[in-house]
Amino acid sequence: MSRKVWITGLGTASAAGIGIEPLWDAACQGRSLLGRIEAFDPSGFPSQVGGEVRDFKVNKVVPKSYRKATKVMARDIELAVGAADAAVRSANLVTPGTDADAPRTYPGERTGCHIGAGLIAAELDELTGALVEAQTDGGSFDIHRWGREGMNHLTPLWLLKYLPNMLACHVTIIHDAQGPSNTITCAEASSGLSIGESMRVIQRDKADLCYCGGAESKLNPMTFYRQVLTGRLNTQDNDNPAGAVRPFDRTAAGMVIGEGGGIVTLEAAQTAQARGAEPYAELLGFGASHTVNRDGDCLKPDAQGTGIAKSIAAALRDAKLDADAIDAVVAFGTSNADYDAAETAALKTVFAGRLADVPVWSAKPYVGMCGAGAGGIDVALAAMMLKHQKLPATLNCDQPVDGLNCGSAPARDAALNHVLVYTPSLGGQNVALVLGKA
Amino acid sequence: MTQASSLKPQASPRIVITGIGWVTPLGHDIETVWQRMLNGDSAIDFTKQFDATTFPTTFSAEVKDYDHNAFVKHPQLHEHVGSNSAFALGAARQAWDSAGLDGFDALDRDRVGIYLGSGEGSLDFENYVATNLAGWDADKRGIDAVKWAQTAKEKLSVWREVEQEPNMPLHHLAVELGAQGPAYNCLTACAASTQAIGEALEILRRGDADVMVSGGAHTMIHPFGVTGFNRLTALSNRNDSPATASRPFNRSRDGFVLGEGAGMVILETLEHAQRRGAAPLAEVVAYGSSADAFRITDMHPESRGPIAAMRLALEDAGLKPADVDYISAHGTGTEENDKTETRAIKRVFGDDAPHTPVSSIKSMVGHLIAAAGAVELIACVLAIRDNVLPPTINYADPDPDCDLDYVPNASRPAEVNVCLSNSFGFGGQNDTLLVRRFQ
Repeated sequence: MSRKVWITGLGTASAAGIGIEPLWDAACQGRSLLGRIEAFDPSGFPSQVGGEVRDFKVNKVVPKSYRKATKVMARDIELAVGAADAAVRSANLVTPGTDADAPRTYPGERTGCHIGAGLIAAELDELTGALVEAQTDGGSFDIHRWGREGMNHLTPLWLLKYLPNMLACHVTIIHDAQGPSNTITCAEASSGLSIGESMRVIQRDKADLCYCGGAESKLNPMTFYRQVLTGRLNTQDNDNPAGAVRPFDRTAAGMVIGEGGGIVTLEAAQTAQARGAEPYAELLGFGASHTVNRDGDCLKPDAQGTGIAKSIAAALRDAKLDADAIDAVVAFGTSNADYDAAETAALKTVFAGRLADVPVWSAKPYVGMCGAGAGGIDVALAAMMLKHQKLPATLNCDQPVDGLNCGSAPARDAALNHVLVYTPSLGGQNVALVLGKA
Repeated sequence: MTQASSLKPQASPRIVITGIGWVTPLGHDIETVWQRMLNGDSAIDFTKQFDATTFPTTFSAEVKDYDHNAFVKHPQLHEHVGSNSAFALGAARQAWDSAGLDGFDALDRDRVGIYLGSGEGSLDFENYVATNLAGWDADKRGIDAVKWAQTAKEKLSVWREVEQEPNMPLHHLAVELGAQGPAYNCLTACAASTQAIGEALEILRRGDADVMVSGGAHTMIHPFGVTGFNRLTALSNRNDSPATASRPFNRSRDGFVLGEGAGMVILETLEHAQRRGAAPLAEVVAYGSSADAFRITDMHPESRGPIAAMRLALEDAGLKPADVDYISAHGTGTEENDKTETRAIKRVFGDDAPHTPVSSIKSMVGHLIAAAGAVELIACVLAIRDNVLPPTINYADPDPDCDLDYVPNASRPAEVNVCLSNSFGFGGQNDTLLVRRFQ
């Protein structure tokens, strides 16, 4: 028998800041948090809107004894550390990260950590500051000079700032998680797959508590430009940040990149109950699949949404539920027309005649598409919906695509027993999770 | 702490390996590479892919004369591959074909998953550097993003960029093999492909798939990869003698040597393998995963993470240290790893440690980083098949802190039924697998 798994803590890093409450408030008020990118001057890029985490200092969320280590944290790592701290606190867990001296809620050996990550970009100021030291007199790069002296302008620990597993590693150190630990790197599907893997680890009794989810910042000229090259971004609404992301609307004009992520604490219901923890939700089902589309490349999703539908079907099977049991969907919903269409096709496959009855909601108009962190934000918000029995406001969908229940609406109370969350990735990995009212 | 093994469901299915494949610095097919390992050949030489002549480390173990098109059946799907995807395709096709899966008409491809531990792809070095330099504002000592973007438009291209994403080898394998089941890539640094195989094992045990393609692919033999490791002083600098530079467990070891390539296995439930008449090469009996949770830069001084990973794996299999015939070490050849790993083995194996052979094939093929564990697990499968242990070459000067039997310099005939394979990642993630002769 598998053990029951609860979501007991939620931590997000997003354009709303650190912590789930400000994000939930914005979503209930229908207040988009997107704006013109400030991390760098975006005027040379075709897309200039983003969802930025502002006024966040990682030093404030790590114990004093660990502050030195923040020097080797890329932005992605900082966001994960911030989200994890918020999750741990929202679960009322005591770890060495919250209180070095107090007795810990769980032993480190029974604590796992699965945090998804993206392809982390080097900070260009730092790297280029070293590259210029290896230029010839004519200004071109000389690899001999780089090998001899240029590279010495990089800090010795330079590489460690950018290894994707460092999100999890710093979190394991801060909060003493010595159990199973992994770093999933499947682009946007990373968070959902990580949460699913933590669920399995708890089910098979290799841990009682796991920190899981993901985080990423693509607001670095290199990673941002990589997204520009994929052709997925919105380039038409640079003057209209709050209205730029219109998931499942006929005028949908592309994705907006956000930075951030979501980390949740999963616990075995048995041990959580024993310590008197209050669950936000129960995690009931997890499914994954890969899209195989030999007619196109991976920059566009399979138009039929076959892979997405397979992952949802697997998650429902795992939860032992029919699609009829799903009361709401937190979609990937990026406002990229190709993805919106693929998702719509998948939802039609899954819900068939019930499609028009199931509200389909997306966080992207609020915070943008946060890469490897996107699914973590979605799961945290789905847990809030179940906890508060409420659907947040649906933004920017005045002309919904046929058949979907996704039109603009204010926040409203709703009887929610089961919420479906799914995330497809650029590359073809798909993940779906089913959350239940605890 | 509860005994994990006692809680394993009674019905947990047995999982076997039915296919293997690799692309390594010693060659691109199972038998040639294995023979060269048993001969104690080194694949390490001066780096040719880029001009490393002034780098602190000028050598590596490179894959030579390799073309993935010699392996794939759908070359049109892989026109833009980067090195990691190319290595992954060759290794996975060998594994898939040797498992005979295309000949099984009843294969349900929704029940075929993939779990890789593949690394970040190589940067488009010249164009990336040129873009950064063009964007440099010398007065501000920072990047002028507007100038940077102008050059990026001229220099950077979509596939060179997208292929750097660590999930791209996974994408290529899925479309090549038509695998539509659960699909993951993990990247826990040097532990990644061991972890991938362990997690694939758990997916099969749970019944979420019938077949898993698993392993890893990676190269960090590119200017910024070597830069990163050189700055960490993790690489050997023995530039006057590349072939003897990788010397795990020697007193004179001075760092690891970068290798590249891929290793892939086909894991399958025994029931599925028997249904299609496939002969198991070995059984994967256990997986242990832990985190040091200590420091980003150092291993725990009491080796607590590696000890936990090995103990969890032994518990998972219900085996005792005395049952283990061979340990495939992480054995990188860094001062810290070899000492810490030796200590961990002694703590876990106790009185059995002195007579349990341990070797590191990194002495021959270098360190394939994310791909290392999969290649090493395949060596374990072959050790069981042939009852022979691959050596640690370049073993000349014993270190008092490393006092185990490292199978020095020459392969050794031995009865090999159970092998334990370790991988430890930078940052403290540790993974151990146990494979056993199939009976």
